[in-house]
Amino acid sequence: MLSTPTHAASVADVIAAANRIILGKDGQVRLALACLLARGHLLIEDLPGVGKTTLAQTLARLLGLQFSRIQFTSDMLPADVIGVSIYDRERNAFRFLPGAIFSQVLLADEINRATPKTQSALLEAMEERQVTVEGETRPLPEPFFVIATQNPSTQIGTFPLPESQLDRFLLRVELGYPDRAAERELLESGGRRDVLPALTARLAPEQIVPLQQAVDQIHVSPALFDYVQALVETTRTRPRFIHGLSPRAALALLAVARAWAFLASRKMVMPEDVQAVLPSVACHRLQLADGNGHARPEDIASLIRSVPVM
Amino acid sequence: MVAVVTTLPHIENLPGWLSLVCGMALFARAWLWLRNGRLPRWWLLAPLVLAGAAGIAWQYHSMFGRDPGIALLVFFMAFKPMEMTTRRDGMVIIMLGFFLLLTHYFDTEGIAAGFWILASATLLTAALLRMYGGAQPIPGVFRYSALLIAQALPFALILFLLFPRVEGPLWGMPQDTYTGLSGLTEQMSPGSLNNLILSHDIAFGVQFETDMPGRSQLYWRGPVLDSYDGRTWRTSLTSNPHSGNKPVTIETTGEARIGYTIILEAHNRRWLLALDLPVELPEGATLTPTFVTRSRMPIRFRTRFTFRSVPDYVVNREEAPHILQQAVRLPLRLNPRTRELAESWQRELTDPEQISAAALRFFREEKFSYTLNPPQLGANAVDEFLFDTRQGFCEHYAGAYVTLMRAAGIPARVVIGYQGGELNPVDGYLKVRQSDAHAWSEIWLEGKGWKRVDPTASIAPSRIEQGIEAALPESDSLPALTRFDGGWLLRLRYRWEAVNNTWDLWVLGYNPERQLETLSLLGMEDPDWRSMVSAMMLASGIALFLIVCWTFFRRTKFAPEVRIWRRLCARLERFGIRRAPWEGPLDLAARVARERPDIAPLINRAASHFAELRYGTGPLEHSREHLHALRDCVKEFASLNLHHSLRH
Repeated sequence: MLSTPTHAASVADVIAAANRIILGKDGQVRLALACLLARGHLLIEDLPGVGKTTLAQTLARLLGLQFSRIQFTSDMLPADVIGVSIYDRERNAFRFLPGAIFSQVLLADEINRATPKTQSALLEAMEERQVTVEGETRPLPEPFFVIATQNPSTQIGTFPLPESQLDRFLLRVELGYPDRAAERELLESGGRRDVLPALTARLAPEQIVPLQQAVDQIHVSPALFDYVQALVETTRTRPRFIHGLSPRAALALLAVARAWAFLASRKMVMPEDVQAVLPSVACHRLQLADGNGHARPEDIASLIRSVPVM
Repeated sequence: MVAVVTTLPHIENLPGWLSLVCGMALFARAWLWLRNGRLPRWWLLAPLVLAGAAGIAWQYHSMFGRDPGIALLVFFMAFKPMEMTTRRDGMVIIMLGFFLLLTHYFDTEGIAAGFWILASATLLTAALLRMYGGAQPIPGVFRYSALLIAQALPFALILFLLFPRVEGPLWGMPQDTYTGLSGLTEQMSPGSLNNLILSHDIAFGVQFETDMPGRSQLYWRGPVLDSYDGRTWRTSLTSNPHSGNKPVTIETTGEARIGYTIILEAHNRRWLLALDLPVELPEGATLTPTFVTRSRMPIRFRTRFTFRSVPDYVVNREEAPHILQQAVRLPLRLNPRTRELAESWQRELTDPEQISAAALRFFREEKFSYTLNPPQLGANAVDEFLFDTRQGFCEHYAGAYVTLMRAAGIPARVVIGYQGGELNPVDGYLKVRQSDAHAWSEIWLEGKGWKRVDPTASIAPSRIEQGIEAALPESDSLPALTRFDGGWLLRLRYRWEAVNNTWDLWVLGYNPERQLETLSLLGMEDPDWRSMVSAMMLASGIALFLIVCWTFFRRTKFAPEVRIWRRLCARLERFGIRRAPWEGPLDLAARVARERPDIAPLINRAASHFAELRYGTGPLEHSREHLHALRDCVKEFASLNLHHSLRH
């Protein structure tokens, strides 16, 4: 197991390299990395063309992970994702052809274009980290990291993910348009996709699991547990939200906060870490009581402002 | 919901049609709400409301004044929900609700009303909270509302105890205060007591210091009526304090002296009721020549009086001549048959006591009966009663007896008051109701003074021994509660009344006088309103302080590092940087670095120490070091502070 400073150095290197590809999105890059380190899956919700795929590919390359991509459509079947057993005439036996899901980084593009049946096949695999086909259970590779992208559900031809499925994503981030300077740089240097093949891995795949273990070691003090509980309780009593955050969401919040502290080379979680990751953890898990869909970052900001840190 | 709760208690005081209309309106609204129905349009509501208002004006002959005002408000309250669409409408309903709640006190001051109002206020506050707080869970809103009300209670108590009192009922309005007070009047004409006996209102309550005397001793002496015009018995002027009067001389024949406290309901008259015959009077009260206790002022609110009475007495062996003359006067030419009978007795018997006994025997042996519904009597009322109808109750018997005595030349007069009462075995409180009203007689015997004679006792002994309900035939109607049967229900009622008596004594009976007592207990002798107001402010201030302290200590049991950090943050405010409650140490340090780079290193150091202490993993000795370092930072900062403020 590597010592923390080395961890930090390697992770900082990954972030720096990613930021050279994905311009002006440091926060989202860090969140994506934190999500990976916290053993979670990432949901990116945004319009086409803002760099969702680039982010996924960049991360896969920089971490030296095997990458595959599924473009979801409404006629896609679970077998397309998971894999299928076909009859091998020569060997006179069934042979399993693994689907795209058998990779370390899976980009599930436009997941809400698929039918609920296909969606749930993917999401179950994400949760269990294994696939059962025809009675045989096959583990998925380690690490296993799904980056799903979703179009805003206002677009036509989409099947919005139900609450329970959304909960399987540790984080949801929005990329948003780049700021003026970043966009200018992008325009001047041309598309990012060409640069991708030239990227070298900054970490070996086998280094990821020790990093994840190091994240687990980040200290959480009783005072911080108090703070997290206060935040979660506030979501439950606020009339603005239909339901509050679940205990699973609270666990997710802590896990991401640990990873965030780790990325900041700290040995303990600070309230600032919790506050930084809270919008990404909570927004897709909180529904607004006024029927306007999920909580907005402004709602989370006002939530944070209503809970004193001590 | 709010509308229902606030209008409900008014129903009994409203005309029936209005209650019905309001009930229907509220019911319709609830139905629409359940069905998600559309609210009626204004052109439907407006004529309805106008018609209702006109109806109220017609019913009360006015739109102004207390009762029509309340009726109008109740009516509006019932119809306002029909057009409740905006938050402002809800606000109107809630405010109207609070106001209507207050108006309940015009009708009742009982303990149940108190609790009802408290509960309704909680509901109203909860509705208000929910209206402004959005769709919060209902139990939480109620908890919060109850907490608010609970916090208000100490202040209510302080105001109750210390707010300068004015005389009058708690919520009385000037013009309405003293009308409608019922009770005995200082005259007795046929049927006047009859109405009273049908009333279940409480006349007064008695708390005995020792054991209660026997029921047949419980004659509560009220006005003495010594003038008769053939129809009505009245109090004559001779019974007023007069220079020719002899002082009242009471010789006690027995040992017993009975001490008791009477809690007298307001009756707006000056005479008090006392157990026959009082020897020690409350302060300020006097005994008239006819042994009626009079206070200086009419009794306009429930008042406590302490008496001491003797059951066995000889009073005024020597009586002033004008009083005796008044006590034999009869209207001329009326009731010839009665006179004849009395004169025949006078001829046969010389001893006045024998004559009295003859009269009582006459009542007992002839076919007299006791009823509350006697036939009407004509001009010679006593004649008709004694020889024709022979049906009547105490006023008839007392009147007829006194007439007989006077006709026989024996000084006699009618005494009215109450007889008996209902003892609550739970707290030993005797409750005397208007239905216990009674009339009896007194005769003066040479050398023996005034003697009480109750002719009713010879016709209906059970009236005296057991109370009015035992004396009446079943066919006579009485208030429902008077005929209450025993069992657990009765015990329950006794318990409830015991609670109510305590409430009456301590809450409603809290008048200026008792307030002075309380204040002198608090060490304030002879306070004027200024010192009372300042005491009130002081007590409220202390209560507020205690509540604030309580919430403060409950919230903040801070670890040492938090206290030091807070101190540092307080110092930081002088630099124009105020830590937001949600702001963590690192964010704060970052902000300081942006806004005041000059002090940033120090704050950074303090923040990292604080972060280690609060969120770090360090072992104990490690944390002690950090604590010291953090303290040093604060000290350093303080000196820096001074330096800076000198510079500015």
